[in-house]
Amino acid sequence: MTEGLWLDELRLEQDGFRLSADLSLKPGQVTAVLGPSGEGKSTLLSAIAGFLAPVAGRVVWDGQDLTQVPPGSRPISILFQDHNLFPHLTVNQNLGLGLHPTLRLTQADKAKVEWVLDRVGLADLGDRRPGALSGGQQSRAALGRALLAERPLVLMDEPFAALGPGLKAEMLDLAVEVLGSAGRTLVMVTHDPEDARRIADAVVFVAEGKAVPPVPPQALLDHPPEALRRYLGREVG
Amino acid sequence: MAQRPVPLAPGLPRWPGAIAAWLVLVLTLGTLCIVALRAGTGQWLGPADWAAVRFTVLQAAASSAVSVLVAIPVARALARRRFRGRSLLVTLMGAPFILPVIVAVLGLLAVFGRGGLLNGALSAIGLTEVSIYGFHGVVLAHVFFNLPLAVRLILQGWLSIPAERFRLAATLDLPPGRFLEWPMLRAVVPGIALAIFLICLTSFAVALILGGGPRATTVELAIYQALRFDFDLAGAARLAVLQFGICAIAAILAWTVTLPQAQGGGLDRVVQRWDGGRWSVVRDGAVLVAAACFLLLPLAMVVTRGLSGLADLPISIWPAALRSVLVAVLSTILCLGLALTLAMRWGGALAGLASTLPLAASGLVIGTGLFLIVHPLMNPARLALVVTALVNATMALPFAYRSIAPELARVEGDYGRLADSLGLRGWARLRWLIFPRLRRPIGFAAGLSAALSMGDLGVITLFATGGQETLPLAMYRLMGAYRMDAAAGVALVLLALSLLAFWLCDRGGRVDD
Repeated sequence: MTEGLWLDELRLEQDGFRLSADLSLKPGQVTAVLGPSGEGKSTLLSAIAGFLAPVAGRVVWDGQDLTQVPPGSRPISILFQDHNLFPHLTVNQNLGLGLHPTLRLTQADKAKVEWVLDRVGLADLGDRRPGALSGGQQSRAALGRALLAERPLVLMDEPFAALGPGLKAEMLDLAVEVLGSAGRTLVMVTHDPEDARRIADAVVFVAEGKAVPPVPPQALLDHPPEALRRYLGREVG
Repeated sequence: MAQRPVPLAPGLPRWPGAIAAWLVLVLTLGTLCIVALRAGTGQWLGPADWAAVRFTVLQAAASSAVSVLVAIPVARALARRRFRGRSLLVTLMGAPFILPVIVAVLGLLAVFGRGGLLNGALSAIGLTEVSIYGFHGVVLAHVFFNLPLAVRLILQGWLSIPAERFRLAATLDLPPGRFLEWPMLRAVVPGIALAIFLICLTSFAVALILGGGPRATTVELAIYQALRFDFDLAGAARLAVLQFGICAIAAILAWTVTLPQAQGGGLDRVVQRWDGGRWSVVRDGAVLVAAACFLLLPLAMVVTRGLSGLADLPISIWPAALRSVLVAVLSTILCLGLALTLAMRWGGALAGLASTLPLAASGLVIGTGLFLIVHPLMNPARLALVVTALVNATMALPFAYRSIAPELARVEGDYGRLADSLGLRGWARLRWLIFPRLRRPIGFAAGLSAALSMGDLGVITLFATGGQETLPLAMYRLMGAYRMDAAAGVALVLLALSLLAFWLCDRGGRVDD
């Protein structure tokens, strides 16, 4: 049995766009999915999360074939680029949905929500609606829900892209700190090699219709293959 | 918006929408089939039938043409003038849609009828009086109802012309009428005219009160007469098929032209312009005063006469009011249920068909069909109120659906994936995502449906016996007995109930925003 995530000869097609992936990710690691925009990083995450059915191949987690499993039943949390919180619900309710979709929470559940809020630095803000939070605080709430949901694989589709560079780095660090220390496997999309270098254990490079199996970021960025060199341009030289 | 891939399991079930769609299909096409079967092969259309068809089409065409032609100068004046009470006037333009037809007709009678304001003035200066009954009376009432709709929709067109273009036209010294306004009107007006034409084709209550006789009978009215007075099922069936045919043709026509979409906000902007002089200010002022008088005087008459008529209210009015409220509540619940479940199949052919068919159906045709179904089983009068609620819900469905469905699609587009990933399905999804985000359109749709049902004087006239009067029917009977003071009192009660119903629902959708 393969531990972690295994994309078994996965082939995706969407509106004439094609992407193939045949790779596996070790559990508990932070993997950056790097590549130019429009090359299919988000499409790959959509397929893993179950929003896009592959034309061929399988998505496997810890030996369990997820390909036919609906998104809500996969052992996966996902943070989108935007719309990560329901604006009409309080922060407490938004987090609570990570525990039970019916929001019927026990006292123990509520205590868990409290603890997680404290963990992501939102103590005492649980009764607010997302609209009353700053962008950074909203990101913290979304991270909190992923932590609370206790699903082993967390996908991040550039959820912090709208934040400034300093705040984005802070959020990535927080994500790795709270989710990584909880033993989660993180897969994060980025178009910034610096993000990958800073926090990733491995990098999957996506370009020209193919997701390349993961390699350590240092090795990849120091000796980039042709397509990556073109993407990075002057940055690596 | 990028095409959203279909998830493996939809977060909202699609089967309730299928049930709703089939129910609507049965109510519209099914009742029509039953009616058509009953019509059998007997005699084909007689001269009276053709006269009804001719009158129906002619009055609808005239009503639509007059409404649009009058609406253009009114909308232009509203678009380019800023004055005190402007936004109030625009808001009032939305009111006739939820005004009970019979109340408005009473107001029109008070102004244009025998012994009304106009004839009082005419006889005071020695001119002959005019009659409101017949073709022109029907058209007058239809213009009263549809002029505001036309004004609002054309005003939208005017305000959609970017202000920069008027500035450009001014610097180039181009006449804005020819280069900006004429193209806009050409794009907008045909759809509006067709929509009003369609609304007037199925008009019943107006024709019932102001029309009648061989020269002013609509097909709807002829169906009523065949059933109510002659108990001529075959004749009613023949007319019902005819009516559906006319409406279906008009609806298909309307489909080919883009039907205008009423928007809520944004009408309080004023377009700044540089053409026209003092003369155009005077002209706009006169147009606005005339339009306001035409729309507000009848309403004012309803209120003033109603207040003095309150003393004459028969005691039987209160049970009738209770019945009307119950019918409105039931109809609103049904209508919302249909609209919401159909909206969950948004974009599907079945939902599109079911939410459009009622536009071509007429309440009396549905009523006739249900009458024929129920007739062998039990006395149809026993089900009068339930049937009325069912018909009202069906007739309000197109409006409720168009208010709810696009919003539901937008919410699913924005938050559907998040909800999917959290496993929010079925009831949990409705409870925590759909209902809270759709409060406004649901409240608006509920208000519309409640007000329409409360004021409806249609299918109830076919079924109801003495003990089953709704408020509009009670009012109609009082008018028929020439107890005009009591009728005026009832009109005020009915008006208050309809507006209250709309306000309560619409308000409910807006709390804590």
